[in-house]
Amino acid sequence: MAVQTPNLEPKGIQGLGKAIKRKEDARFIVGKGNYLDDINLPGMLYMALVHSPYAHAKILNIDTSEALKIPGVKAVITAKDLAAAGLSWIPTLAGDKQMVLADGKVLYQHQEVAAVYAETRQAAADGAAAVQVEYEPLPVVVDPYKATAPDAPVLREDIKDQMSGAHGPRRHPNHIWTWEVGSKDETEKALAQSEVRIKQHMVYPRSHPAPLEPCGCIGDMNKATGRLTVYMTTQAPHAIRTVLSLVTKIPENNIRVISPDIGGGFGNKVPVYPGYVCAIVGSIVLGAPVKWVETRTENLTTTGFARDFHMDIEIGATKDGKVTAMKVYTLADHGAFDAAADPSKYPAGLFSICTGSYDFQKAYAQVEAVYTNKAPGGVAYRCSFRVTEASYLIERSMDVLAHELKMDPAELRLKNFIQPHQFPYPSALGWTYDSGDYEKTLKVALERIGYHELRKEQAEKRARGELMGIGISTFTEIVGAGPSKDFDILGIKMFDGAEIRVHPTGSAIVRAGTRHQGQGHETTWAQIVSEELGLDVDKIIVEEGDTDTAPYGLGTYASRSTPTAGGAMALAARRIREKAKKIAAHLLEVSENDVEWVDKKFQVKGVPGKSVTMNEVAFAAYTNPPPGLEPGLETTYYYDPPNLTFPHGAYVCVVDIDKGTGEVKVRRFVAIDDCGTIINPMIVEGQVHGGLTEGFAMAFMQEIAFDEQGNHLASNFTDYLLPTALETPKWETGHTVTPSPHHPIGAKGVGESPTVGSPAAFVNAVVDALAHLGVRHIDMPITREKVWRVLRSAGIDAF
Amino acid sequence: MEITLKINGSEKKLSVEPRTLLVHAIRDAGLTGTHIGCDSSSCGVCTVVLDGKTAVKSCTMFAVQAEGHEITTIEGMAQGDKLHPLQQAFHDQHGLQCGYCTPGMIMAAHVLLQHNPNPTEEEIRFGLSGNLCRCTGYQNIVKAVQQAAQMLQQPAGAAADD
Amino acid sequence: MIPAAFEYKRPMSLEEALSHLAQYGADARVLAGGQSLIPAMRYRLAQPAVLVDINKLPNLGYMKEENGMLCLGALVRDTDVEFSPEIRSRYHLISDVSMVVADPIVRFRATVVGSLCHNDPSGDWAAAAIAARAQMAIQGPGGARVEPIDRFLVDSFATSIGEGEMAVEVRFPVPNALTSGAYEKIERKVGDYATAAAAVQVELNPDGTIKEAGIGITAVAHMALRVEEAEKILRGQKPTLELIRAAAEEARKIANPNPDARGSAEYKKDMARVLVGRGLIKALKRLNVVVA
Ligand SMILES: Cc1cc2nc3c(=O)[nH]c(=O)nc-3n(C[C@H](O)[C@H](O)[C@H](O)COP(=O)(O)OP(=O)(O)OC[C@H]3O[C@@H](n4cnc5c(N)ncnc54)[C@H](O)[C@@H]3O)c2cc1C
Ligand code: FES
Ligand code: FES
Repeated sequence: MAVQTPNLEPKGIQGLGKAIKRKEDARFIVGKGNYLDDINLPGMLYMALVHSPYAHAKILNIDTSEALKIPGVKAVITAKDLAAAGLSWIPTLAGDKQMVLADGKVLYQHQEVAAVYAETRQAAADGAAAVQVEYEPLPVVVDPYKATAPDAPVLREDIKDQMSGAHGPRRHPNHIWTWEVGSKDETEKALAQSEVRIKQHMVYPRSHPAPLEPCGCIGDMNKATGRLTVYMTTQAPHAIRTVLSLVTKIPENNIRVISPDIGGGFGNKVPVYPGYVCAIVGSIVLGAPVKWVETRTENLTTTGFARDFHMDIEIGATKDGKVTAMKVYTLADHGAFDAAADPSKYPAGLFSICTGSYDFQKAYAQVEAVYTNKAPGGVAYRCSFRVTEASYLIERSMDVLAHELKMDPAELRLKNFIQPHQFPYPSALGWTYDSGDYEKTLKVALERIGYHELRKEQAEKRARGELMGIGISTFTEIVGAGPSKDFDILGIKMFDGAEIRVHPTGSAIVRAGTRHQGQGHETTWAQIVSEELGLDVDKIIVEEGDTDTAPYGLGTYASRSTPTAGGAMALAARRIREKAKKIAAHLLEVSENDVEWVDKKFQVKGVPGKSVTMNEVAFAAYTNPPPGLEPGLETTYYYDPPNLTFPHGAYVCVVDIDKGTGEVKVRRFVAIDDCGTIINPMIVEGQVHGGLTEGFAMAFMQEIAFDEQGNHLASNFTDYLLPTALETPKWETGHTVTPSPHHPIGAKGVGESPTVGSPAAFVNAVVDALAHLGVRHIDMPITREKVWRVLRSAGIDAF
Repeated sequence: MEITLKINGSEKKLSVEPRTLLVHAIRDAGLTGTHIGCDSSSCGVCTVVLDGKTAVKSCTMFAVQAEGHEITTIEGMAQGDKLHPLQQAFHDQHGLQCGYCTPGMIMAAHVLLQHNPNPTEEEIRFGLSGNLCRCTGYQNIVKAVQQAAQMLQQPAGAAADD
Repeated sequence: MIPAAFEYKRPMSLEEALSHLAQYGADARVLAGGQSLIPAMRYRLAQPAVLVDINKLPNLGYMKEENGMLCLGALVRDTDVEFSPEIRSRYHLISDVSMVVADPIVRFRATVVGSLCHNDPSGDWAAAAIAARAQMAIQGPGGARVEPIDRFLVDSFATSIGEGEMAVEVRFPVPNALTSGAYEKIERKVGDYATAAAAVQVELNPDGTIKEAGIGITAVAHMALRVEEAEKILRGQKPTLELIRAAAEEARKIANPNPDARGSAEYKKDMARVLVGRGLIKALKRLNVVVA
């Protein structure tokens, strides 16, 4: 069968809803992307880091003398040297602080202990290998449940006596914060009165975003001008500039952060890492540009992990399946420093979306965070700040409840969905859902997969002793952080900026404070502007990532770009259009009131023949502006969204199980997403494919695990498993469209829905296949062995 | 050590240490389309073509071993302004997002199509399973390779997407 | 990551290679496909002082049948085996193996002989060589010798290759029309080493009874193992499901795996059993014998 190319060339006016091919592809397909490691500056030095083999140890001595003897090695620094510059510790985005290089002790395996600068990457590596460090191992804390035991070893001696932190009181030296939301008493009362109650413990295991391009940085201090240029793999260049200015005391206008092409981010490239700081310090001290590019081991062992939520849920319901109340307790393992990248007021992110798509009258959630001897983090890995954990929790729990009630999981969901007429819907945990039609989306998904036939097939197979399962997830996301009254990071409000400059000849450059890493902004922002202004997409250049030129913005993560910068882009365009209208009136020689915007042209009301295009208006803006009107056609808009957006979706998964090995085969997966208005269906579908694949990886293979000594067991791609094309299922995607009522173009954001929504669908399917054997829950990653244990203990065996 | 090899058809003399990985030598020669994504020979973003018909992970070969050989990288795929059918197809089918895996993926697909000019979907998934992609979920990559296979089999001038 | 520095030798003849190996002794390592050695060097787990690169040696890339043996020279790559229609049609076991070792790109470089010399406890070729009763041809200062695979594979990452020696060829007996085999491997994903794997070869008598069986399992002990008891159980018998069950059980018994991220010892032992069973069923099916 011939493969079709339904996608359109990015030419002409191409507004919302058009599947145009991506403008940014041109450079990537010929190998001319410009990623961090592709940048080489004259006289550049290379940096390599020395890492701790222990998870918790005192540092007795660091001997750099052998390293310094290696030809080409220029310098070695340790925490002592950093202390002189006041940089041995830096603030994290979560109100904690973290060591740059190990200061007296190490708190996790692979922690950075020293930095070596050399003329070649070989010499830097040899130098790092030659640094001798003497350690005295200390007892470790690996299990978060043991972190706050009375006799637990104290990890953070720097704050052991501070019984209050950035998020309230601390009850133990290894306790970071406790956060709660909802009414505990009322929820407990409602639970006590419920006819049916389920309780379930589940773990969302630690994982890592692992983009294929590791993190990296080039610090380039120009001593003559006093200007520091930093090339960095960052999803949030402006925030980084501000943080750098705060920690280095270099005036912010003397810092330029350039985020070049990024080879995937997924949340990994939001925080500030020790390696970045050391590259910058090296450049300041040595007066030459310094490049540091992570090894994969450094990436997986030291930079932002995600998840690691240990959750207990209790749900109450009536006998006929109407949910009444939910209570959640979560223990969050944050590692050695609280380096989560959550909005300041939300130390557990947006976890309180855990009531999901369902009409819970009462709910209460408590999250406690603790320190352990693991790498710091808690980043939003393709996730809007802990939404992934919350969605998994509720979607898995709905199946547990269905099982308890002996009810079909689809039916249970249909019975409890928030109904379209209830929007804007105030949730029991304090959010106002903007819009949604959960029932419609689920019905489309069930229809598409042939749910009823599958249930029949399952019953027949079960009778024959064959195992298949069907899993559903009808998740709700919460994205687009966010409205400035509630959302900030380090005090910086989470709005986003867009700038549009329309040139006299009708082309334009637009810039945003976001930074794409594959999401296609160079195309979708151009489409928004094309839609709003009637300019040709191929004449619109989109630029992001250079703090000297782009307007301020908090960056691209947590699916926030479309809700925030996308809104800013549309509103900037509308502001331009308003001015353009005045110019059009001048050109058409009528009053502004007599001009209307029809078919992407300005037209004299009721006179279709009499119109001017935006191109003509642009030319006039510079050559023939109306008297009294400021010439030019440029603007910047900062958009402070009034609310978050709530994309949702219904996913259905079918699995077959190999009774011999326990292998799970995903036979089909239907994903119906509702992300509001779709800017580019091709790009949205691509985002969904990618997100589903990461969800699949999480459900079945990807895990950052540790042994009892705190040794990292997934320090490279032979142990941290990313699926290949062969394991990855074939995805069947589709959409319903429920626009956001408050977003300028009705869009909600989609990049993360599939990672958020899919893990529960996979796990639900596997549990469904085994439910008749008495299985109620299996923690991710679902390995063959976990399934095999169920099979063998039920006496099932086969070749 | 001095080595002489051909990269994308032109002869290069490079000075390298024995331990210099081929991928570093290629990148240091200014051809940065070939990327590095791991240390364990797992990801395939460094895949280049050796002597026309063999795909290799250039991080798992020393530059000195390329002496006298011919290497093709992503930069050698287009003929002037004319994209190679694989490049065109990756663009047409949205077979890339961040683009980091793309050069390696295209080189692996290029070799795959030489050994199997008309692969099934399953054969493409199998043949590309030494190359990781974190963004696309592979589905559009598979479609792109199918499109390229058709383009390569069609007489020149025929449209690919009819 | 960057390997430690080393001295590089690029011999252009077997004699030259052997003389380098003789000269540097334990300091030297042969560099064949490099797909095990180079990653180990990048992690600095291996830091050989001298590398003797055999890739330019002439006449080591052959695949030929000679004296009832299929001979693969030391530079035969996994893909040479994988892409050969001859091998696919007649050598079912090694054809199966060639499609599941490592990943498709690694296989373009990795050599069959190099894998056997490496003798990784999870190596796929070792199990196959055991089941097929392969032989290794070795050359060194003392001249040439041929060893049965069971004597060649000594221990985890150890073979009978002595200082100054190298392997030049592996030989697999040519299967007759009543011989088939299969390789069953479970791995967590492509590119992962086996969680457990089983190589099986069976030869039938004209009357349908089993004349000879070869069974090798890998990733379930300190090195690939021959399941001799299973071979004994099968020999001379008519293939039935009962018989296969009994043979497969022997694999579970002798497997002695380390628990790791791929699975507990218990799981891997059971997989050795399941995979031997599946391999036998598949090999027999290829001989048109269906055991229900
Ligand atoms: C990502 C990845 C996944 C892999 N997965 C698997 C897998 O699933 N199963 C599997 O079996 N293997 C796997 N491998 C290993 C791969 O198959 C190896 O390449 C192979 O085992 C060794 O072959 P080589 O030719 O590359 O040997 P090299 O790496 O060149 O050498 C390996 C060792 O053998 C020695 N040696 C090589 N040839 C000779 C010779 N002729 N005489 C004497 N000594 C010699 C070398 O000195 C060295 O010590 C994987 C490798 C990678 C990179
Ligand atoms: S860089 Fe990952 S395989 Fe070469
Ligand atoms: S497109 Fe980003 S890794 Fe493949």
